[in-house]
Amino acid sequence: MRLKKIKGIKFGLLAPKEIRKMSASKIITPDTYGEDGFPIELGLVNQRIGVIDPGLRCKTCGGRMGECPGHFGHIELAAPIIHIGYAKMIYRILASTCRRCGKVLLGEEARSKFLEKIEQQKEKQMDVGVVVKLVFKEAAKTEVCMFCDEIQKRIKYDKPTGYIEVEIADADKKRRLMPTDVRERLEKIPDDDIPLFGMDPKNARPEWMIITVLPVPPVTARPSITLESGQRSEDDLTHKLVDIIRINQRFMENRDAGAPQLIIEDLWELLQYHVSTYYNNEIPSVPPARHRSGRPLKTMTQRLKGKEGRFRGSLSGKRVNFSARTVISPDPEIEIDEVGVPIDIAKELTINVNVTERNLEAIRETLKRGSEHPGANYVRRADDKKVKVTETNHELLAEELGVGWKVERQLQDGDIVLFNRQPSLHRLSIMAHYVRVMPGRTFRLNPTVCPPYNADYDGDEMNMHVLQTEEARAEAKILMAVKRNIMSPRFGRPIIAGIHDYITGLFILTWSEKRFDKEKAQDMLNRINIRGLGEPAGTFESSSGIQVPYWTGKQLFGRILPKQMDLQFRGVVCEKCIERGGICKKENCPREGYVVIKEGDLVCGVIDEMAIGSFKGKIIEQIFKLYGEDEAKKFINDSARLATNCIKQSGFSFGISDEDIPKEGKVQIREEAVYEAEHKVEELIRAYDAEELEALPGRSLEETLELLIMQELGRARDDAGDIAERYLGIENSAVLMAKSGARGSMLNLTQMAACVGQQSVRGERIHRGYQGRTLPHFKSGDRRAEAHGFVRASFKDGLTATEYFLHAVGGREALVDTAVRTSQSGYFQRRLINALQDLEVKNDGTVRETRGTVVQFKYGDDGVDPSKNECGKVVDIDKIISEVVEEDVGA
Amino acid sequence: MKKGTLSIIGHELVPEHVVIDEIEVKELLDKYKIKRVQLPKIKVSDPAINGLGAEIGDVVEITRQSRTAGISLSFRLVIG
Repeated sequence: MRLKKIKGIKFGLLAPKEIRKMSASKIITPDTYGEDGFPIELGLVNQRIGVIDPGLRCKTCGGRMGECPGHFGHIELAAPIIHIGYAKMIYRILASTCRRCGKVLLGEEARSKFLEKIEQQKEKQMDVGVVVKLVFKEAAKTEVCMFCDEIQKRIKYDKPTGYIEVEIADADKKRRLMPTDVRERLEKIPDDDIPLFGMDPKNARPEWMIITVLPVPPVTARPSITLESGQRSEDDLTHKLVDIIRINQRFMENRDAGAPQLIIEDLWELLQYHVSTYYNNEIPSVPPARHRSGRPLKTMTQRLKGKEGRFRGSLSGKRVNFSARTVISPDPEIEIDEVGVPIDIAKELTINVNVTERNLEAIRETLKRGSEHPGANYVRRADDKKVKVTETNHELLAEELGVGWKVERQLQDGDIVLFNRQPSLHRLSIMAHYVRVMPGRTFRLNPTVCPPYNADYDGDEMNMHVLQTEEARAEAKILMAVKRNIMSPRFGRPIIAGIHDYITGLFILTWSEKRFDKEKAQDMLNRINIRGLGEPAGTFESSSGIQVPYWTGKQLFGRILPKQMDLQFRGVVCEKCIERGGICKKENCPREGYVVIKEGDLVCGVIDEMAIGSFKGKIIEQIFKLYGEDEAKKFINDSARLATNCIKQSGFSFGISDEDIPKEGKVQIREEAVYEAEHKVEELIRAYDAEELEALPGRSLEETLELLIMQELGRARDDAGDIAERYLGIENSAVLMAKSGARGSMLNLTQMAACVGQQSVRGERIHRGYQGRTLPHFKSGDRRAEAHGFVRASFKDGLTATEYFLHAVGGREALVDTAVRTSQSGYFQRRLINALQDLEVKNDGTVRETRGTVVQFKYGDDGVDPSKNECGKVVDIDKIISEVVEEDVGA
Repeated sequence: MKKGTLSIIGHELVPEHVVIDEIEVKELLDKYKIKRVQLPKIKVSDPAINGLGAEIGDVVEITRQSRTAGISLSFRLVIG
């Protein structure tokens, strides 16, 4: 197929002459089908303007249903009608042309100035509308024609389709312009003046905006449907055309019979209404035309406009075949680049394969199974005949199968598919996965690929698309495969990495020195493809007195690292001693925050979110950059397995008793944190009342008080948290998860176990409610902590009624905020994407738009792929020097 | 420049603009295999090239400090 390039698109108005020329049939009768069940000649479902009944042939082109594209017909209107879509334009033109000679009311100088400006805009491919607007504005000011000295009248636009001429000197002298008058005036405008309106006289004469001949769309554009009862139900457009023809006929009859002017005008008005609503049934101030059932009709404009219209609904938003959608659920046992496909879906979706000598036997085997799972649904024989594979014919087909056949084979393990979750906000929202057919009714995916899709398993649904051509499969494999997208192009860090339990599991495994005997160690490395356990770390005496070799958790983790890997970094458990003025003890860190990997061994440090977590993942980042995507994929898989194996062995759970704090702790929190702060707040209030408080710079006295109170109460919660932390050690599940970065934070835990703290609305304490108080439980003017949303209880202890209410007030704000933020950022993203979607990085490194105009001379100024650089820099010099001199020069 | 207006040239947020000669322009266009109109544009009235004596059709070179690349060069075609 030769590629054709669109050079341009020309828009214009249809001239009455043209409408008649392209018309295949005149339409006179308002009826559709006759009593014999056949379309009526010269009727609306005319056999010359397209066929929608099977078996009939088009009288214009001879095509059958499906072959004939349909042809336009036409209705000769008894009187001209204003086209509602151009009503405003007509008004503007009338107001700026002479009522006698039709010339545009501009002096020679202004005229040529405007014409030149329009020409300039056109050359620059810019909007001429801006200039045209000025033309209308200037010309409408003129009161006497400069060409024929005719005194002009003011035109009033009587919405939606009326024009009234008013004398400038005497506002009471008015005359209504009928469409015939309007058309006459538009006809007088000379061709030379038309470019001033931004129109081209060859393609759009202004008088063509008045309808004298109505084009009738082919029946294929408005097909009737046959109801179950055998009754025909016509399309809304057909209904509307019937109305137009009826009134048109009545108009003609009345006029021919010499009816009074009043009746004629009424009918004219009615015809105008029907033609107007035929084009647009949502005109302001016009009642919409309705169906017999009372439903407003869907006419021309309604077909095109809006989300479900022709443009956004049918052209940009087409539905696709070879796709499936269902709920997702986790399966840590499958690989990260696999997707578990329910067998029912796999049986329905097919891949087209050409039978060749090499795959003949394999396909024959597939065909022999018929529609049993990895079977086939259809075959296309060498003679291009499509046959459905059924229980009765599959064996016969398998025997007959030969080279040149095409087989629609069911989806099977190893096929490549696209997997997607809406909203598709970035390119990682659609990635290529390999199929794994399994029982059940949900798509299964490895939890490590949740972050790029932003998916969870609370009922999320995802879509799958089966690729149909070899090119598409190759492209998906090269560009969209999960392993290619481990590093996020957004922030240059791994996005596919350990989450939740994977982090917990490895944290438990590598935290302190855990010892595993041979059996347990092998258990840990179950389903991980590595060579041997390596040398044991030492021996310990068993209960029976013999020396048993053991392996440490760190050692086992080292087994899944690439052999030669070296890396040093600080984990999330690091308490940033340096920033706080201390010194980093590095290898001797009591929290094991300093991770050292030497020659593929974890020498010290604990594995946490910073090592393998999504968005952080230093180890994964390093492996991806040094050893490539396959090694990175393998590491993620292995670490996920190792983590599950480990967490399975010890078990990991969290319950209400994990929030328990011993009695003395509770007392301490109450007295040292809460009472203390409340006391200080009262102290501040007293100082304020006694006018002893000093205002902070730039703030009023009252603001100062509020600020100090907020600070004091904020500190109260932190203090409570610190105290709680002392009683909750790392053996507490919630603490472990918070510290390792697996899930939750210490703040969450503080609120659960110690003290919920101050509630706020817009960053301030809660003041809304009654005058001077939030609730009737407090005295008016009470400024104490309790009265303005300080919750002293913990979630576990339970909130008092007033605390509960004020907590809900603060909670509402958070809820509203997220709702507003998502909609706003969604729209913002849409606008950004619309603006940037055509930009492309070319082979020479420049960023260009579709015309080839350069936008950026080098992509990102440095020409570097953000997913492949070192944290935003092209190279990390410190790191390279460290590697060469084998000494840590950075930090 | 009109009396009483302030020149923004030299301000730290305004990168350096220099008009380049025809030979350099040709080299530039050849390097990227583009036509003159495919360059990014700048208006003659733009305050950043005010006083440079740039005329419509000239090409200016802009030297920017870039966070990613240190120094980046860009070119713009002067238009009316």
